[in-house]
Amino acid sequence: MTLADAEPELLASFERTIAANDRIEPRDWMPEKYRSTLVRQIAQHAHSEIIGMQPEGNWITRAPSLRRKAILLAKVQDEAGHGLYLYAAAETLGITRDELVQRLLDGRQKYSSIFNYPTLSWADMGTVGWLVDGAAIVNQVPLCRSSYGPYARAMIRICKEESFHQRQGFEILYTLARGTPAQRDMAQDAVNRWWYPSLAMFGPPDAQSTHTGQSMAWGIKRFSNDDLRQRFVDMCVPQSAVLGLTLPDEALTWNEERGHYDFTRPDFEELGRVIRGDGPCNAERIERRQHAHADGAWVREAALAHAAKAAAGTGDDVEPAPVR
Amino acid sequence: MTDLWEVFVRPRRGLAHTHVGSVHAPDAAMALRNARDVYTRRQEGVSIWVVPAHTITASSPDEKDAFFDPAADKIYRHPTFYPVPDDAEHL
Repeated sequence: MTLADAEPELLASFERTIAANDRIEPRDWMPEKYRSTLVRQIAQHAHSEIIGMQPEGNWITRAPSLRRKAILLAKVQDEAGHGLYLYAAAETLGITRDELVQRLLDGRQKYSSIFNYPTLSWADMGTVGWLVDGAAIVNQVPLCRSSYGPYARAMIRICKEESFHQRQGFEILYTLARGTPAQRDMAQDAVNRWWYPSLAMFGPPDAQSTHTGQSMAWGIKRFSNDDLRQRFVDMCVPQSAVLGLTLPDEALTWNEERGHYDFTRPDFEELGRVIRGDGPCNAERIERRQHAHADGAWVREAALAHAAKAAAGTGDDVEPAPVR
Repeated sequence: MTDLWEVFVRPRRGLAHTHVGSVHAPDAAMALRNARDVYTRRQEGVSIWVVPAHTITASSPDEKDAFFDPAADKIYRHPTFYPVPDDAEHL
């Protein structure tokens, strides 16, 4: 029996697993399109975590207190960890880490458009936590039930850690909103700048989304872009009232009939421009990542050389250092 | 190119090590350190194993039905197979 003969049966078995809401695991047969869609989505997500360290890393040395600095450091370290969980999940699909890193560095794979906006003030650290991580959580919680096992398991770890990210951001804004008039203005200005880019994080409207239909049928995605965006708006409105800050949308009103807030859509043409590379920080982000990768080359080479020497038994310092 | 290591963490004493993911590292000592940094930032474990991914032998999912078949028709291995009289206790 050739592979082509076996394929209808393999596909039927795959479809049965999906229909039963069971998980697909790395060594299972899967349609090539399922595999490539997952590689694209998981890689995009991993790259977002890695690039996402930059806008916040920008503020570590300028955090207003030791407490805030320690928290921000821990958060940025988490983003690196999230990137690594996701790279590990992507690698189970047969692509190598080196290839994934290379595709980010040369622009063949994307990262979330949100990280191409600058973080101009300390209040941006609060707003990124509250809105950007808040939007990420709304996107990510349903992915904990994604049909691909390793992806779903990585998302469970990530979601547990993200809620700290969102709360620390909310706390920063809550504190600023009760501070001096200048601190309050700084908080409001940050919310004004980040609101629409955060809404755009959910992607194009359903009618224009090229991937949604197939991804939902395969259980890679569980809800449409517009549904998740609405859920996010409905969560943020009462939270903004607690903060005492306003969301920059005069059309924002409760719609009794729909049971949801009506709101102004983000500028999807702007989203398209930023995705295509024409955002405020696209060039800076990638250049920074390329430099960091090149600057770290000697460390990777030294570690490999040390391992090779130890394996050959020719070094004096072959005993591995004890792990703390 | 560094090796791929599978990571297993014992969440606390009394529990078995559980697979949590993988890391890249040039040697075992670095793999342990990387695994600690990536998978136990919140005290998720008291012990870590790292295993070179290429040394793991796994059953093939393609033959899973045939491979696990011998267990399928031996329902008498389960206690629920046996009817128990109503008045028999602690059985």
